[in-house]
Amino acid sequence: MDNNRTDQEHTGFDVYVLTWVTLLILTAITVTVAGMHLGKLSVLVAVVVATVKAGVVLYFFMHLKYESALFKIMVYVALGTLMIFVGLTFFDILFR
Amino acid sequence: MANHAIVGAGAYVDFYKAKRYPGVLSWILSTDHKRIGILYLASMLSFFLVGMSIGFLMRLELIAPGKQLVDPQTYNAFFTLHGVIMIFLFIVPGLSASFGNFFLPIHIGAPDVAFPRLNLLSWWLFIAGGTLAVLSMFTGSGPPDTGWTFYAPYSIRTGTNVILAAFAAFVLGFSSILTGINFLTTVHRMRAPGMGWFRMPLFVWSLYATAWMQVLATPVIGINLLLIISERLFGIGVFDPAKGGDPILYQHLFWIYSHPAVYIMILPGMGAISEIMPVFSRRTIFGYKFIAYSSITIAALGSLVWGHHMFTSGQSYVASTIFSLLTMLVAIPSAVKVFNWIATMYKGSIHIEAPLLFAMSFIFLFSVGGLTGMMIGTLSFDVHVHDTYFIVGHFHYTMFGGMGMAFFAALHYWFPKMFGRMYNKAVAKMAWLMIFVGFNTLYFPMFILGWLGMPRRYYDYLPQYQGGHVVSTIGSWILIAGILIMLSNLIRSLRTGEKADGNPWGGTTLEWTVPSPPPLENFEKIPHVDRDPYDFEGVSAR
Repeated sequence: MDNNRTDQEHTGFDVYVLTWVTLLILTAITVTVAGMHLGKLSVLVAVVVATVKAGVVLYFFMHLKYESALFKIMVYVALGTLMIFVGLTFFDILFR
Repeated sequence: MANHAIVGAGAYVDFYKAKRYPGVLSWILSTDHKRIGILYLASMLSFFLVGMSIGFLMRLELIAPGKQLVDPQTYNAFFTLHGVIMIFLFIVPGLSASFGNFFLPIHIGAPDVAFPRLNLLSWWLFIAGGTLAVLSMFTGSGPPDTGWTFYAPYSIRTGTNVILAAFAAFVLGFSSILTGINFLTTVHRMRAPGMGWFRMPLFVWSLYATAWMQVLATPVIGINLLLIISERLFGIGVFDPAKGGDPILYQHLFWIYSHPAVYIMILPGMGAISEIMPVFSRRTIFGYKFIAYSSITIAALGSLVWGHHMFTSGQSYVASTIFSLLTMLVAIPSAVKVFNWIATMYKGSIHIEAPLLFAMSFIFLFSVGGLTGMMIGTLSFDVHVHDTYFIVGHFHYTMFGGMGMAFFAALHYWFPKMFGRMYNKAVAKMAWLMIFVGFNTLYFPMFILGWLGMPRRYYDYLPQYQGGHVVSTIGSWILIAGILIMLSNLIRSLRTGEKADGNPWGGTTLEWTVPSPPPLENFEKIPHVDRDPYDFEGVSAR
């Protein structure tokens, strides 16, 4: 983390509010889709929306956007691994 | 590397004498990475002896059909505890927590790890987890009988003490994660000037790859074990088909961690072998970058193959086929390592010493384990030998023949550096011979027994399997005798062994440039590294 910078340089109040509104909209989408009985697709939509929400939180609330490349790469490796774990498991669930 | 004269060999205070607290407190409260490494070593070897004793009793029970020593329920507890102790308390911390702690900072020219207090906490968590695991044997409604895998739905329904044992594994997982975070940060942040990524010893590369897996995969089993505990306490139904749950999901979550764990166990062992081979062949390592990258490749590919443990579980054929295919790929980086080690020895000036003998047995036994792994990674073959002694033979060849032999090799290689004394080399070689012969006598018959259809985890068996079981049990006696001779030789040498100088093997990496045992913060001043790790120029052979 670069201690010479302050968070205010990059993130104003408006960014946080926008992030919060985005999260609310995404939550509304999850709830709506859950009631639509889309079958196997409903899980997919829920996972994708949850991933986007986690990404938004990481990027803006947790300031990943303003970090150095090394931190970003480390987080991407972890996220990539998690996606592969979940993705490969779906080859079982979807084709059983 | 920096300077091959032993620095400060004249007047210095070794880390054993530099202590802040008296007696045992100087150990259990120390944040010195070397003391923590030795704490891990001593505690892991103690757990290993417990696990070995249980294994000995199991083999004795199986020498003939019918009851010999214990009843079936006790036998079930035996194989569960043997697995839990050997996996979670010996081979998962393995070379990483013991030799990794001791040598990682020295190898990269650092005075300690990045987070020394976190390092001590990881040992405390390890001991807490170990204590809980041992407590689970004697408290509640009997020792767990699920096997080390805690498979649902049995682990939810059995009346035995699963909650405590699963929680023990959960705590041990935290210890592993902390070590991983510590090592990752240390390698990124604390390398000495001039210690570029490709000047790091290969042991460090293997620890680095392992640390990534510890951090990424261990949380999965942590969550999984908590789910099992929640199932038992609250009946939440995640793994219960009667409530819409899925017991196969348990197996996915379990093996998402536990297959990478196989590589968490074996990779640091491979790293140690990569240190030993050049030193005793008096040649630079063959294919340094390939070995370094293969560690990362093994870590990456090893995380994608967990489904090969589940071919007969009821998972989809599509998933089984994909996992079988991916499994074949792991053989490539593993073979890269094996061929590079052999190429390192080719036309080298080979010095037959105990570390090299153990290292060569590692290559042989791990190759047998790896190749049988290819057999059972093949979907069509595995269906026939799944849950037979073939599997038991396979994983003992990879885990014990692999990680175990590498551990013994590393122990003999670094012993003079860690303790400043040399062991009796003739006794060490004799112990190696007994261990090697005993090992093969114990575990090779298991391949044949499994091939013939002997199921694993069975208390009793048909009379036609007795021949194999008798040979196997006799092998266990030879193996255990060899291990006891090896350990008594080392323990005796702690006090009476000949004093070892700073570089008894003629090694080239940084640990051989400091006195034995090393001073408190390893180096008088942080070295400037201007050589490759296995450059033998100017290093005299011993």
